[in-house]
Amino acid sequence: MPTLTPDTLPLPPRPTLTSVSERPEVSAIRARFPEGSIEVQEGLDQPTWIVRRDVLAELARELKTNAKFDVMMDLCGVDFPDREPRFEAVYHLFSMPRHARLRLKVPLAESDLTLPSLMPVWRAIEWFEREAFDMFGFLFEGHPNLRRILCHEGFVGHPLRKDYDAARRWILTEDKIYKPHFDLPEGGDDLFERMTINIGPSHPAMHGTFRLMAVMDGETIVASEVEIGYLHRCFEKMAETHTWQQVIPYTDRLNYCSSFINNVGYCRLVETMLGVEAPPKAVWARTILSEFSRIMDHCVCNGTTLVDAGALTNFWYMFQPREEIYGLLESVCGARLTVSACRIGGLIQDLPPDFMERSRRLVDIIPAFVEDVEKLVDRNRIWLDRSVGIAAISGEEAVDWGWTGPCLRASGVPYDVRKAYPYDLYDTLDWDVPVLYGGDVYDRYRIRMLEIRESLKIIQQLLDRGMPEGPYIVDDPHVALPSKEAAYNQMESMIYHFKLIMDGIQVPAGELYSMVEGANGELGFYAISDGTGKPYRLHARGPCFPIFSTFPRLINGGSLSDSIVSLGGLNIIAGELER
Amino acid sequence: MTQPPTSPSAMPAPSATLPVGQRPILREPHPTEVRPYKPGLAERLYLPLIGGLMVTLRHFLRNLLGTGKSYTIEYPEKRRDYSHRFRGHHILTTRPDGSVRCVACFLCAQACPAECIHIEAAEHPDVNIEKYPVVYEIDMLRCVFCGYCVDACPEEAIIMSNNYDMAYFTREQSIVGKNELMKPFTVDENRLGYRPSFPEEDVQRAKMRREAFDLVTAARQAQNAGNGGKTAASSPH
Repeated sequence: MPTLTPDTLPLPPRPTLTSVSERPEVSAIRARFPEGSIEVQEGLDQPTWIVRRDVLAELARELKTNAKFDVMMDLCGVDFPDREPRFEAVYHLFSMPRHARLRLKVPLAESDLTLPSLMPVWRAIEWFEREAFDMFGFLFEGHPNLRRILCHEGFVGHPLRKDYDAARRWILTEDKIYKPHFDLPEGGDDLFERMTINIGPSHPAMHGTFRLMAVMDGETIVASEVEIGYLHRCFEKMAETHTWQQVIPYTDRLNYCSSFINNVGYCRLVETMLGVEAPPKAVWARTILSEFSRIMDHCVCNGTTLVDAGALTNFWYMFQPREEIYGLLESVCGARLTVSACRIGGLIQDLPPDFMERSRRLVDIIPAFVEDVEKLVDRNRIWLDRSVGIAAISGEEAVDWGWTGPCLRASGVPYDVRKAYPYDLYDTLDWDVPVLYGGDVYDRYRIRMLEIRESLKIIQQLLDRGMPEGPYIVDDPHVALPSKEAAYNQMESMIYHFKLIMDGIQVPAGELYSMVEGANGELGFYAISDGTGKPYRLHARGPCFPIFSTFPRLINGGSLSDSIVSLGGLNIIAGELER
Repeated sequence: MTQPPTSPSAMPAPSATLPVGQRPILREPHPTEVRPYKPGLAERLYLPLIGGLMVTLRHFLRNLLGTGKSYTIEYPEKRRDYSHRFRGHHILTTRPDGSVRCVACFLCAQACPAECIHIEAAEHPDVNIEKYPVVYEIDMLRCVFCGYCVDACPEEAIIMSNNYDMAYFTREQSIVGKNELMKPFTVDENRLGYRPSFPEEDVQRAKMRREAFDLVTAARQAQNAGNGGKTAASSPH
């Protein structure tokens, strides 16, 4: 079995990455703290600092101000019942200007789970801390609203702890339903009586599963709060009880509008941990189908946003290319929505004979639909009045809130994982990252239209390059199932076939954070393997999660109808938000 | 074609001369304020709406005259054509004598991420085949149609059809047993779905396999006849 050492990791050349701890400004920060409070480990993907709890708040502030770690990417907990201290809080930081990543680990004993809340440093951490409290029971001191986020109020215990039984269920009774508490601003005119409006969770404007509680002063939202968790499916707990391969169908259901990208993200994570590389044909097809999925996702987002604003026609126009793309995906893997089209080390099956022809046809027809929608709404004053300046957020603030993806690029920050940390074939292609500076609903709509064009450019180049010859999955019996012919006829292949299915892929022990550019931002997977066939811990960093936590900030002060349009423009996918 | 809005927010492209893959990502400080799109005079006068109305008129006429492609179909009178890989209702394939091909090795149940396959095994009357499933049930409401059971099967005993209309009146009906899984679609090649090999790719191979299988069966029958029928290969049903 390949071992997980830095030499075998097929990471793109990033000279600054692993040496980030040694950079002058970073090592200067470390030197300022007392001996023994920070222990440095050179991680396999990014440096890891084991941080004592009492210096965490100070260190976070230093890292943000002096080392420009401006994005709080992810926070999750890990439980090691056999270790002392038992728990670990794992922070993933990212510095956009310095292009560097850092992982902080804070060990926590079971008897004392208090941590300082880092909300004064990174605004994005609010919901991540609530999630860690919900899942592990970490207590963040100074957090203004530390309550459950994904599980309901009637839930007892912390589900991601290892001693929690995955089959345990709790009933939510009416007396436990959450009653929101608003910090209302003082004063204001008293002409209108303040009224609290509840929208959702079963409301079409809330896209199915979100609940918005807003205090209205006339037409204006004074204060608001969102409640999520109605689509929580314990993705992370389920991953711990299944083999590495069996998690792939679960990843389909994260962002179900572009499930192929989730497959790619997860398979890349496991492939990197294993030290295997998908064959050229699989990488080529993954890049094409990821871009088609991105187009599809943007079509859904823009189509439904415009429906929320009352422009129904665009929905029909945008869903037509989507229908065709689903046809292509179905011909590759046999399913339309939840594709499960990737396997660790390659693809589910060889590409169909008409793949090139169908893809070319799609590239030819999609621009017509995009142009139709642009003609309808791009310069249409009705849409402009509804979207320009609505829910605007500046680039700096969006970064503080942990935004990534098209929404961030609409605020003027050109961060794209495909450029910053190129994977698959993206660094060999000629394409650009569109950036707009409005930061409002209109620019979020425009940026998606521009990205559809860039995606088409990528696909066109790959199709011109031609389909690479060769296998569609790695020829490694420890990773991929042997061919059916071999499994039927050869004893050795038969044994590998049985071993792979009964025991799963044996991923070497280690930890890895790996990210791809999802349709709505950086989709990160953080996995810890203990060397067995099942993930010890798998955490998915959905880009929607920090974006949606910003929602009250975006809509407060606006009108209720604007809040509906801003929700559509953010492209919140409940499957990914609530996992 | 509508021009994309030309405003201060149009994208700068100073990096276009650098080689691919080396363009800078981000060096400048993040913008601290927003610069929204500023509508021009024509937009404030609603003029671009005319262009939009032309688009809808074109679509309207095309749909009225029936010259455009319609993406909706009149289900269930018409059905969509799916590829030969569609992951639909499962099929348990049969041996030439009509008995179930499954040897109850439990690989499919093990591979299933949804844990929806329930098998109870028993010894097969034919000594050449070790086991067969007495009970083989799939809970169609639990199934996620990922095709892992097909990938796992070492006997090509479970494949999928392209049947996607599975509607049940009760939850009990959704647990589909061996007989229902063996019954449908096995005769109609066009209704087969996800399986290890595909007609468009290897009709020939499937035919050869069937012939080889027939030969083995024939040889086995001849052997049984020679033994005076000591190990009579009777159907387990």
